[in-house]
Amino acid sequence: MALIDLANPTRFLRLAHRALPWLFEITAAVFAVGLYLAYAAPDDYQQGATVKIMFIHVPSAWLGMFGWGLMSVAALGTLVWRHPLADVAAKAAAPIGAAFTFLCLVTGSLWGRPMWGTYWVWDARLTSVLILFLMYLGVIALWRTVEDPSRAARAAAILTLVGAINLPIIKFSVDWWNTLHQPASVIKLGGPSIYPTILIPLLVMALAFTLLFITLHVAAMGNEILRRRVRSLMLVQAQAAPGSSE
Amino acid sequence: MSSLLALFIRDVRLAMRVGGGGGIGVLFFLIVTALMPFAIGPDLALLGRIGPAILWLGALLASLLTLDRLFAVDHEDGSLDLMLMGETPLELAVAAKAAAHWITTGLPLVIATPLLGLFMNLGGQASGAVALTLLAGTPALTFIGLIGAALSVALRRGGLLLAVLVLPLTVPVLIFGVAASNAAIVGPLPFGTPFTILCALTLVSLVVGIFAAAAALRQGME
Amino acid sequence: MRLEASSLACVRGGREVFSGLGFALSGGEALLVTGRNGSGKSSLLRILAGLIRLAGGELALADGDPDKTIPEQTHYLGHQDALKPSLTVAENLAFWASYLGGAEPPEPALAAVGLAALADLPAGYLSAGQRRRLSIARLVAVPRPLWLLDEPTSALDREAQDALKGLMQRHLSGGGLIVAAAHGPIGLEPAKELRLGEAA
Repeated sequence: MALIDLANPTRFLRLAHRALPWLFEITAAVFAVGLYLAYAAPDDYQQGATVKIMFIHVPSAWLGMFGWGLMSVAALGTLVWRHPLADVAAKAAAPIGAAFTFLCLVTGSLWGRPMWGTYWVWDARLTSVLILFLMYLGVIALWRTVEDPSRAARAAAILTLVGAINLPIIKFSVDWWNTLHQPASVIKLGGPSIYPTILIPLLVMALAFTLLFITLHVAAMGNEILRRRVRSLMLVQAQAAPGSSE
Repeated sequence: MSSLLALFIRDVRLAMRVGGGGGIGVLFFLIVTALMPFAIGPDLALLGRIGPAILWLGALLASLLTLDRLFAVDHEDGSLDLMLMGETPLELAVAAKAAAHWITTGLPLVIATPLLGLFMNLGGQASGAVALTLLAGTPALTFIGLIGAALSVALRRGGLLLAVLVLPLTVPVLIFGVAASNAAIVGPLPFGTPFTILCALTLVSLVVGIFAAAAALRQGME
Repeated sequence: MRLEASSLACVRGGREVFSGLGFALSGGEALLVTGRNGSGKSSLLRILAGLIRLAGGELALADGDPDKTIPEQTHYLGHQDALKPSLTVAENLAFWASYLGGAEPPEPALAAVGLAALADLPAGYLSAGQRRRLSIARLVAVPRPLWLLDEPTSALDREAQDALKGLMQRHLSGGGLIVAAAHGPIGLEPAKELRLGEAA
């Protein structure tokens, strides 16, 4: 089956319906493996067991940014290629991405308290992630304010693409500015610099989070398609009723 | 009385259904507050000292800017005409709309304050004090802003002109709100003194705001 | 009940729209106000509704409720429909019924204008004609003696116009009064006619 078949909402719903149970099971399985590995990983000699917040904090940061990246691709789909499901994908991804970003901020804050002595500090990395979170909330507000989904889609698409500039800023903020936050240690030139006993659980958890995102996203897209169906049915009902021809 | 309750419930419902309730007000509050450290710099000690002031300014702007369209929407679709023809006095109808606005916009601001206090490096007690002063003071902001909202319908003019006219009226509330917060955090003034004055200001603005707004709306109906 | 108007004058934007207007209307009678655009038909209705200040003259509702002002005993159906798009049809009507002091549930009023099937749809999905019907339902839901109708048949199809005619006749035979502004007859014969814009 070609990718183009997914463009049809009905076919997408059918596929999603069949795929979702599998997706849930695989996600749960990978989470089980990842959480076990995280539990079994050695404590940090400085931070003790607190370092294990990293196994939730770092993947949620990655997924928060991944969400906006996905929305940006979907935005291009809406504006450039006019793909029928592009705005559904964008709208469905926003709350999920926002949730992961929020999780990143909260876990980071809880981690920072014992590490740096404060829940929050206005350094470049934290601030740019906070900005990302605020932009997510802004896009979600935009989707909710405009009643007609297809009109909201264009405005949201433009906003998303403009906001995508924040992603490289987040990534490189720890390098460009002198920050309290730890510099990059996984995705950088020369390969990761973390020891494998920490790296492997981290990557497994990242995979688990990614699968969770995909699962939730597919389910959310299905819901959005159904929501639009309901709206169309209501419009038809109004038009079919007496007195509607004016 | 059930007509006032119906108006209150309608306005709360409308606020919830369009754009997600008080969400947009809280989001604005969040963004304005987050904007301050960019301008002031990340000095945490400084932010902690001026934190209450920043939070109060953010809440003030969020309250007033969302009030702008309170009456304009009803004026544009003809609802205001019908409200003037109801058996309920216009003053009470205006009060019901203001109450609905506070519940859906002002109260969420108060609830969001402890979280924002975290960003401003305010401790738990300090954040709580600021939240309490906002709880007492945001109704005052709503009722004063009501006058601006009514004038913008009467004058057929919105935006900054009205903000310019109404903002000076909110200065006493701002002064006592920040004074009460600082009194709770650093002293030496006891918290009670500015706080009770703040509450008095709210009660006065309740009465003045309602009558002034109703008068402005009637004037503008021609 | 009698609506008595004498020497009414109206000034809009510095310009005198009409002056020296007078009429008397008894219970069960209808007044049709006609005239060119700009002759002051809508302004007259808004004056009767209390929405525009009288520049001169007197207005009285004899044998009405002494505790209420004239606007409180009046329904005004203007060009705007006073509907909120994000509330459902039923919620919109229930609000006005409640606010304007109606005691009964609004469902029969919806049925009377043929909108019962659409009760749970958001009002924003309705066409112009359906919105007009919903506004008319407001008049049926809350009993008030004086109806002020500004071009009530605009946007209505044949079926809805007949339904409106029936509702107006029912109101009149119950002793109500109607003042309607229109460009032509709206099915209220026999009705008194007041032609605006012509020299006395």
